[in-house]
Amino acid sequence: MKEWEVVIGIETHAQLSTQSKIFSGSSTAFGAAPNLQANAVDIALPGVLPVLNRVAVDCAIRFGLAVDAEIAARSVFARKNYFYPDLPKGYQISQYELPVVLGGELKIHVGDIEKTVHLTRAHLEEDAGKSLHEQSGHHFQGRSGIDLNRAGTPLLEIVTEPDMRSAAEAVAYARALHALLRWIGICDGNMQEGSFRCDANVSVRRVGQAQLGTRREIKNLNSFRFMQQAIEYEVQWQIATLEDGGCIEQATVLFDPGSGETRAMRTKEDAHDYRYFPDPDLLPLLIDRQWVEQIRTQMPELPTARRERLVAEYGLSPYDAKVLTASLELATYYEATVATAGRSNAKACANWVTVELAARLNKEDHEVGGSPVSARQLGELVARIADGTISTNIARKVFDALWNGDADSADEIIAKQGWHQITDHDALETLIDEVLAGNPGMVTEFRAGKEKAFNALVGQAMKATRGQANPQRVSDLLRKKLA
Amino acid sequence: MSLTLEQVHRVAHLARIEISDAEARSTLGHLNEIFTLIEEMQAVDTQGVEPMAHAQDVAQRLRPDRISETNPVEQRAAFQAIAPETEAGLYLVPKVIE
Amino acid sequence: MIEHSLQAIARALANREISSVELTQHYLDRIDRHNPRLNAYLSVDAASSLAQASAADAQLAKGEGGPLTGIPIAHKDIFCAKGWLTTCGSRMLSNFVSPYDAAVISRFKAAGAVMLGKTNMDEFAMGSSNETSFFGPVNNPWDTSRVPGGSSGGSAAAVAARLTPAATGTDTGGSIRQPAALCNLTGLKPTYGVVSRYGMIAFASSLDQAGPLGRSAADCATLLNVMAGFDERDSTSLDRTPEDYSRELAVTTNAKPLAGLRIGLPEQFFGEGCSPEVMQLVESAITEYRKLGAETVTISLPSMTLSVAAYYVIAPAEASSNLARFDGVRYGYRAPEYQDLNELYCRSRAQGFGAEVKRRILIGTYVLSHGYYDAYYLQAQRIRRLIANDFTRAFQQCDVIVGPTSPSTAFKLGEKASDPVQMYLSDIYTIAVNLAGLPGISIPCGFAGGLPAGLQLIGDYFTEARLLNVAHRYQQANPWHLQRPTGFDD
Repeated sequence: MKEWEVVIGIETHAQLSTQSKIFSGSSTAFGAAPNLQANAVDIALPGVLPVLNRVAVDCAIRFGLAVDAEIAARSVFARKNYFYPDLPKGYQISQYELPVVLGGELKIHVGDIEKTVHLTRAHLEEDAGKSLHEQSGHHFQGRSGIDLNRAGTPLLEIVTEPDMRSAAEAVAYARALHALLRWIGICDGNMQEGSFRCDANVSVRRVGQAQLGTRREIKNLNSFRFMQQAIEYEVQWQIATLEDGGCIEQATVLFDPGSGETRAMRTKEDAHDYRYFPDPDLLPLLIDRQWVEQIRTQMPELPTARRERLVAEYGLSPYDAKVLTASLELATYYEATVATAGRSNAKACANWVTVELAARLNKEDHEVGGSPVSARQLGELVARIADGTISTNIARKVFDALWNGDADSADEIIAKQGWHQITDHDALETLIDEVLAGNPGMVTEFRAGKEKAFNALVGQAMKATRGQANPQRVSDLLRKKLA
Repeated sequence: MSLTLEQVHRVAHLARIEISDAEARSTLGHLNEIFTLIEEMQAVDTQGVEPMAHAQDVAQRLRPDRISETNPVEQRAAFQAIAPETEAGLYLVPKVIE
Repeated sequence: MIEHSLQAIARALANREISSVELTQHYLDRIDRHNPRLNAYLSVDAASSLAQASAADAQLAKGEGGPLTGIPIAHKDIFCAKGWLTTCGSRMLSNFVSPYDAAVISRFKAAGAVMLGKTNMDEFAMGSSNETSFFGPVNNPWDTSRVPGGSSGGSAAAVAARLTPAATGTDTGGSIRQPAALCNLTGLKPTYGVVSRYGMIAFASSLDQAGPLGRSAADCATLLNVMAGFDERDSTSLDRTPEDYSRELAVTTNAKPLAGLRIGLPEQFFGEGCSPEVMQLVESAITEYRKLGAETVTISLPSMTLSVAAYYVIAPAEASSNLARFDGVRYGYRAPEYQDLNELYCRSRAQGFGAEVKRRILIGTYVLSHGYYDAYYLQAQRIRRLIANDFTRAFQQCDVIVGPTSPSTAFKLGEKASDPVQMYLSDIYTIAVNLAGLPGISIPCGFAGGLPAGLQLIGDYFTEARLLNVAHRYQQANPWHLQRPTGFDD
C-alpha cells in the first residue's frame, strides 16, 4: 500500500437554488407528480427556444467570487449531443470551451492538516430528466417511464484538478464544497434529492511516477459515506489489479452500496463523440465588472474569513470557530447570541451553542434556522449565568423551559419559577446554621478529618436551597463556620 | 478527401438512423459529391479570422427567475395527448439499461 | 377581389363591401377547386377559418379593424399552430397537432387575420424545389410540370395561383426568395432577429428567418408590420423600436424617386453560373433602376463564391442537432416495430425522415464529429465571417446590392431531384445573405419562355423599409408582379 499514490479529482453537479429552470419558466421544486413541471421548452416541442435565467448566472458569479476564481467576461453555451430518453432535445445545453468560472481554489482540512484543492472550472448547464424503471404500483411491462420534471434544472458543474490523495481528502473537499455552496446560498445541498452529486475520478500510480495512472470515474456519489467507501474500494481494487499484473482500463463505474463494490457501467460505444458546438439559439453570455461588483456587495463573509474573525474578535479556539462556521446559519446564530449576551461572554456563548444547543438540535432533528430557542433568548440566558442570577444547573432548566416555549425570555421563567440564586449573605448564613444544627453527625465526622462529610454538608445546603444557592459561596461559608 | 462506407455507418449510428448497406452505399456517393463542393473551403487561408456563430453580434438576454406555468395539469394532458405512449404521467420507452 | 392589394382588401372589408366570411369562403372555394392541381395546401380547416372570419367581421363592424383584420393568410407548415396539424412537410410530424402557437401565428391572430390553411414545403425546409415534402411535390402554377421552388413552395404556389392573398414563409438559404422568383412573387427575408423564431420549427437556427410572400412590395410591408417585433421567448429576437415598414411607400410624383440611391452590382453575381435569359432580365431591371434615378457601382464580394460550401457545413451541422428531438418518444412518428430503445430511435428516425433530411443530418453529424470539427465546422464559420465582412465593406460603397435571385427559371419536376449538388447550387445567390444575417427581397423582373424570373435586392442590416421602397418604386414603373398564371380564373 505504501508504494502507491492515489490521485483523485472530483466533479460536482450542484443544483442551483432558482425558482424556475435555467432555460424555461417551469418550477424547479422537488417532488411534483411526473411531468407536471415540464413545459413546452422542457419536453422539447418542435419550435421552442431557450432563454437564460439571470439568477442562475448570479449563482455562478457568487461561486466564482467565493473560490477566488476568474469570472469569464464572455462565456458560451454549447450543445452536447447524445441520444437518451431523459434528454428530450437530443442534446444537453452546457458550456464547453468557454465556461463562466475559471480556476479558483478551496481550502480543506484533514485532521490538523490544511490543504488547498485547485479548481479547474465551473460551468452552467441543464440537468436531464429521470428514467424510472419501476414505481410502486407500476411496472410498465419491461419499459421505462420518463419524467422530465428535473430536465432543465440549473446545474453548476464544478471540476477540480486531480489534487486529492486519499478518500479522506476527497470527502473533506466534498464536505467543504457542500458547506460553501450552502453558505453562499446557491444550492440547498440536499443530497437525497440529488441537489449535490459528485463523480470521483480515481487513479493510482507508483510513488515517484510522474505520469498519472489510468482513471476510472465513479458516478453519482450522493452521500459522503458512500463516497468514502466507494473510493476506498476502488483504490484497493485498482492496486490489486495492477499488482496482479493487470491493467486499468478507462471506465465509468457505479458504486453499489449493498455490496460496497464498484462495477463498470455498460460502455456507451460512442460516449466520446458528443459533437459539442456553440448553441445557435443562445448568444454569448457577457458579464461585465459592474455585475460582478454588484454580486460582490451581496456576498456574505466567507467561512474562512469568518473563522479567523471569530478567533481574533472573540478569542475563540480555532476548533470552536470551525464548529461555529459549519454553516452560515450557525455562525449568524452564534454572533446574534453574543450580541445579546455581551462580548465578554463570547466563550460561554460558544459553549452553549456548540454543546447544549447543538445536542438538542441534533436530538430533535432541527436545523439551527428552526431552533425553538432563539439567539436572543439564549444570549439572555448566558447573561444571567454570567451575572450570577442563576447557576449553570438552573440554566439548563431554563433552557428546557425556553425550548418548550413556556415563556418568551429567560428572565420570565426565572421569575416565575423563583429560580434566582440566593445571593443574600444573611439568608445564606441562617440557612447554613440550620443545616449544621440539623446534621450534627456529619459535623462530627468532618471534625474528625473526613473530607467526604464536608461535601455531604454542601449537598445538604444545596438541597435546602433547591439548587438556588451559589455552590462556591455555600462552600466558603461552611468552611468559615466549621473553622 | 472521401468518406468510407464504414464512416457512413458510424455517422448514421451517431445520428440514430437505421441504414442498410445498400442505402449506405448510395448515400456514400452523394455525400462524396457534396464534400467535393464543401472542400472548396479548404483552399482559403482563414488564419486569425474569428469564427462567426451568430448572425448578430449581440449578448445573451436574461430572463427574470419567475415561474411562467399556471396550469400544469392541463398542460401535461395536452402534451401527452399527442405522445406515442404514456402511463401514469410518464412517457414510456423500451427499458433503459445502464 | 383576388387581384386586390392587401390595402384594397382592407378597405373593402372596412367599408363592408365584402365580409371576411365571404372573402374567406371565396378563397376556401378556390382552394377546393385548384389545390388538387398544385398540392400547395397540406391542411385546410374551413370551420376554424370561418369562425375566425366571423370574429373578424364582428370586430370590423365595431370599426376596430386593423390593416389585416379579416384578411385570409396562409402559413407555411413550419409554424406551430395550436390545434392544427403542423407537419413541417415530414412523415415525422405527420400526426403532430401542435399544442401551442408560434409567435408568428400569434401575431397574425392578434392582428385579426384569418388563418386560411397550412402550406406544403420541403421536408424540414430542406430543399429548393418542394420535392422533398413527404406529402408530395408542389406544382408551379405557371407550368404545373415545373417546380415552384422551395422550401416555401406551397406558400409561393398558393399566392401565385391566388389561392390566398398572401402567405408566410421561412428562409434559411433562400427559401422565401427563390420560390418568389420562380412564381412571380415578392418575397422578403428580413434581417436575422427581426421576426421571432419561437414556434417556427428549426432547421438551422442561426440562419432561419421568417418573412412574407406576397404579390407586391407594398403587401410585404403590410405583412412584415405584423410579423416583426421583439419576443422575449427567442434569445436571438432583437429588442428594437418598432417601425412602420411601409413608411417610405407613399405616392410620389417624382419621376426619379430613387435619385441618389447607389446600387451595388457584385461582379460575382454577373459571372458564370446564371442562365443567359435570366441574366438578360436582370440587366434590363438594372437599366430600369437607372431610369428611376439610381446610380450603379461595381462591387466585389470575393468570399461569396464559398457561401454554398460554408452553408452546407453550417446548416446541416445545426440541423443534425435541431432534429435530434424527433426520436419517437414524446410526439411525432414512432416506428411500429422495435426490440429495444436503440431500434426505437433508429427506425423511427429512418422511417420518419426522408432522404434529403437524412443526408443533411449525416453531413451535419460528420462535420461536428471528433477530428473533423476544426476542418469543417470552424472553417465554415470563419468563411462565414469573411462573407459578412465582404458585405460590410460593400455597404460602404452602395445602399442596395442587386443581382439575380435564382440562376434559372423554374425547372422541371424531377430534373434535379437525384442530384443534390445541382439542387444546392440553385441557392448560389441567396445563401450568402443568410450567412451574413442581412435582409433580402426578390421581386418579379420579367419572363423568359413564359416563366417568371426574380431580381434580388440585398440591404444592410435593418434596412427593410428602404429595401421595400426600392422594390416598390420598381413595381410602380414595371408591373411584372401583376401578371398571373392562367387557368386559375374561376
